[in-house]
Amino acid sequence: MTDTSPNPAAELPIKVVARDVTVSYSGKQALHDVSIEIPDRSVTAFIGPSGCGKSTFLRCLNRMNDTIDGAKVGGSLTIDGQEINDKSIDPVVLRASVGMVFQKPNPFPKSIYDNVAYGPRIHGLALTRPELDEIVENALRKAGLWEEVSDRLNHPGTSLSGGQQQRLVIARAIAVNPEVILMDEPCSALDPIATARIEELIDELRENYCIIIVTHSMQQAARVSQQTAFFHMGNLVEYGPTEDIFTNPRDTRTQDYITGRFG
Amino acid sequence: MTDTPDISPIRTAVSKNLGARYRAELRFRAAGLAAVAAAVGILVILLSSIVSGGLPAFTVNELELTVDLDEELVDPSGERSEDSLRRGSYSRVLQNAIRTEFPEVTGRRELRNLFSLYTALNATRLMDEVLEDPGLIGTQHRFTMPLADDLDLYLKGLLVEERSFQPQGTLSLEPSDAGVVVRSTATDFRDLAAEIARTLRARATLLETEADRLTERAQELSGTEAEDMLYDADLNRRQAADIRARLEIDAGPIELDNSLPSILVESEGRTVRLASLARNGAGGTGEYLLGGDSVEAENAWSIQVIDTPVERRRVSDQLIVWTRALEERGAISSTFNTYLFANADSREPELAGVKGALYGSILTMIITIIISVPIGVFTALYLEEYAPKNRFTALIEVNINNLAAVPSIVFGLLGLAVFINAFGLPRSAPLVGGLVLSLMTLPTVIIATRAALKAVPQSIRQAALAVGASRTQTVFHHVLPLAAPGILTGAIIGLAQAMGETAPLLMIGMVAFIADAPTLGLEGFTEPATVMPVQIFLWSDGAERAFEARTAAAILVLLALMIGFNALAIYLRRRFERRW
Ligand SMILES: Nc1ncnc2c1ncn2[C@@H]1O[C@H](COP(=O)(O)OP(=O)(O)O)[C@@H](O)[C@H]1O
Ligand SMILES: [Mg+2]
Repeated sequence: MTDTSPNPAAELPIKVVARDVTVSYSGKQALHDVSIEIPDRSVTAFIGPSGCGKSTFLRCLNRMNDTIDGAKVGGSLTIDGQEINDKSIDPVVLRASVGMVFQKPNPFPKSIYDNVAYGPRIHGLALTRPELDEIVENALRKAGLWEEVSDRLNHPGTSLSGGQQQRLVIARAIAVNPEVILMDEPCSALDPIATARIEELIDELRENYCIIIVTHSMQQAARVSQQTAFFHMGNLVEYGPTEDIFTNPRDTRTQDYITGRFG
Repeated sequence: MTDTPDISPIRTAVSKNLGARYRAELRFRAAGLAAVAAAVGILVILLSSIVSGGLPAFTVNELELTVDLDEELVDPSGERSEDSLRRGSYSRVLQNAIRTEFPEVTGRRELRNLFSLYTALNATRLMDEVLEDPGLIGTQHRFTMPLADDLDLYLKGLLVEERSFQPQGTLSLEPSDAGVVVRSTATDFRDLAAEIARTLRARATLLETEADRLTERAQELSGTEAEDMLYDADLNRRQAADIRARLEIDAGPIELDNSLPSILVESEGRTVRLASLARNGAGGTGEYLLGGDSVEAENAWSIQVIDTPVERRRVSDQLIVWTRALEERGAISSTFNTYLFANADSREPELAGVKGALYGSILTMIITIIISVPIGVFTALYLEEYAPKNRFTALIEVNINNLAAVPSIVFGLLGLAVFINAFGLPRSAPLVGGLVLSLMTLPTVIIATRAALKAVPQSIRQAALAVGASRTQTVFHHVLPLAAPGILTGAIIGLAQAMGETAPLLMIGMVAFIADAPTLGLEGFTEPATVMPVQIFLWSDGAERAFEARTAAAILVLLALMIGFNALAIYLRRRFERRW
């Protein structure tokens, strides 16, 4: 029933492929047979009304659903052709290559430095302190936070403003050098200026990462994404180049949603 | 313009019951304030009564004597060996010392009375001093010991009611066959005589009223019961008549007995207790309690009245007089009561201390901490962070919560059955006490830890998991440090509770009288011991009055420990608390 064009941006290599992914929470199905192909080095936005399963699908991609009691994931999901739902794949390894940013900024109650250094430390990415310093600096630079915090790296991460905290969290995700970055409504707790800053950042990061972002704001999806997927009641209704979705939606539900008739 | 027409109906509705709302708020606030005031008031009453009751126990009146450490007495075989020194007669040394203070005391009974100025247990303390320094043998040694408990109380003014007069006249004391004749040139005893006559008259009246009541009751009854009552009434009347006869003007001096206040006449190293008071109020006859020579026209004298009659106190006039004499000579000084902290329990209150119980409490708490904190924290961690949520874990959870509500004495019974009877661990030992208290503390620690873990926001766990931390890394790097203040607070409150626990320890024999403090070391865990609250319980039951103050003092020590524990909890909480 879903009308999915396989690869809306044919010039980009495909990074993530989902085939008939279903998720149920304690027997209650929340996601129905979602199939999608997401290209690398671009931003893909998931939009749709609340409770339609956007976050649920996002969590499939780094197996965060494993940590939810009663959650069951079915179907096939591959990243670079490798099945990630396979029992042989350790979620810890997977999550090191698929970073995630949450709706509410959630820095650790530690210093800015330790926040960014945590991932590299536990994965043993740096052998010496200078190496670690370099990783931290690079991650903070990529997250556009370095200029603001370079002189107070030992201040608590929680002392930053909301927008800075969200960029810190992005730096923390980048520090382990992931391939895919998942963002679940990363701007919904931020003011417009901080939001603009994050959107800029997402646009910069696009060059190196496969970014998937869940958003409530259709303007945001239009601004930052190249592909957009519209979810409705656990189904992937429509998926295609962002421009097409917003200017020429094929499904009436998509049309109703983007014209604000429900949501 | 009061009735604005455009006022909206919602506004009228709201303002109509606005007054009621504010009144309700006011009532609620008043009730809350009253509750706080009541709680604070009760606390203040409680604390002030304990403090005022316990303060006297923190000082002690010590008797310092020069003891002659005669070699023959102290070292019977003369070889300075420990064995020989232990066989020495130190009580004789002490007796000799006190006898030199009061050489006039000779009779066997008087001497026994004299030796009760201090407890015989002090001989052991003297022996310990000699054993420590045998060079003392053959010297005159200054030895300090606590005064007997009741005399200590006397000097603190807690034993009797007394007052003293400065007389007008000059005193003469004249020993005769019938005792000492006491005479003053003024009527210095007149008021006292009148007072005693009043007391006796009141007593006679009381007896007569009681007799009348009995007679009346007897008329309503019949048979042997009535006969008994009439007999009693008759007895009362005869006693009343006796008293009135004693008060007749021409009956001679008023006899003083043990049911009346003691009147002591003191002058320069002499003390006479009056046995009778002359009617004219200028003197009486009595006996020497101190000294024994006659005096003529003495100016420096005083009258001491001990209002609490002899039959209603535990110390005789003689002992009081000796104590006052020693105090006057500077042999008694009031100091901080080091015995209370340096000694373990003793049968004699003046030597009893909390050290044994304190050490016992420390050893018991060490076991409790070692057992209950790690087991409790790891149980909670497993249940909260790892265990699947199913029926089995729900059952465990319910059981743990129920365990927290089990009366502590049940844990004592369990400890007796399991640790002592089945495992054969020693009775009365801190090891078993600690194990029992661990059982009791465990649910508290588990519940507190789980609450602390639950309070850690889920977003922190997600953050750690999302960068690829394993579950254990998430728990130990992030969750546990954030929960630490809560865990510590819970654990310390649980431990403080355990420290104040008495009932379960009674069951495992930690209630015995133990005169030696346990060793503060590994072997101490299996030595018989008691703990602070049990010590308080034991002392509160002590027959001697002096234990009353010591009980309150021990409560203060325990309270101080508790406050210390809670302060530690607050400090640690502040120290580890981090915002997120
Ligand atoms: N942890 C969970 N346990 C049970 N049901 C869940 C859980 N998370 C999400 N759901 C359900 O799954 C559906 C999709 O939720 P979600 O993916 O959060 O929606 P969205 O992010 O699009 O708003 C909703 O009906 C929601 O109630
Ligand atoms: Mg969501």
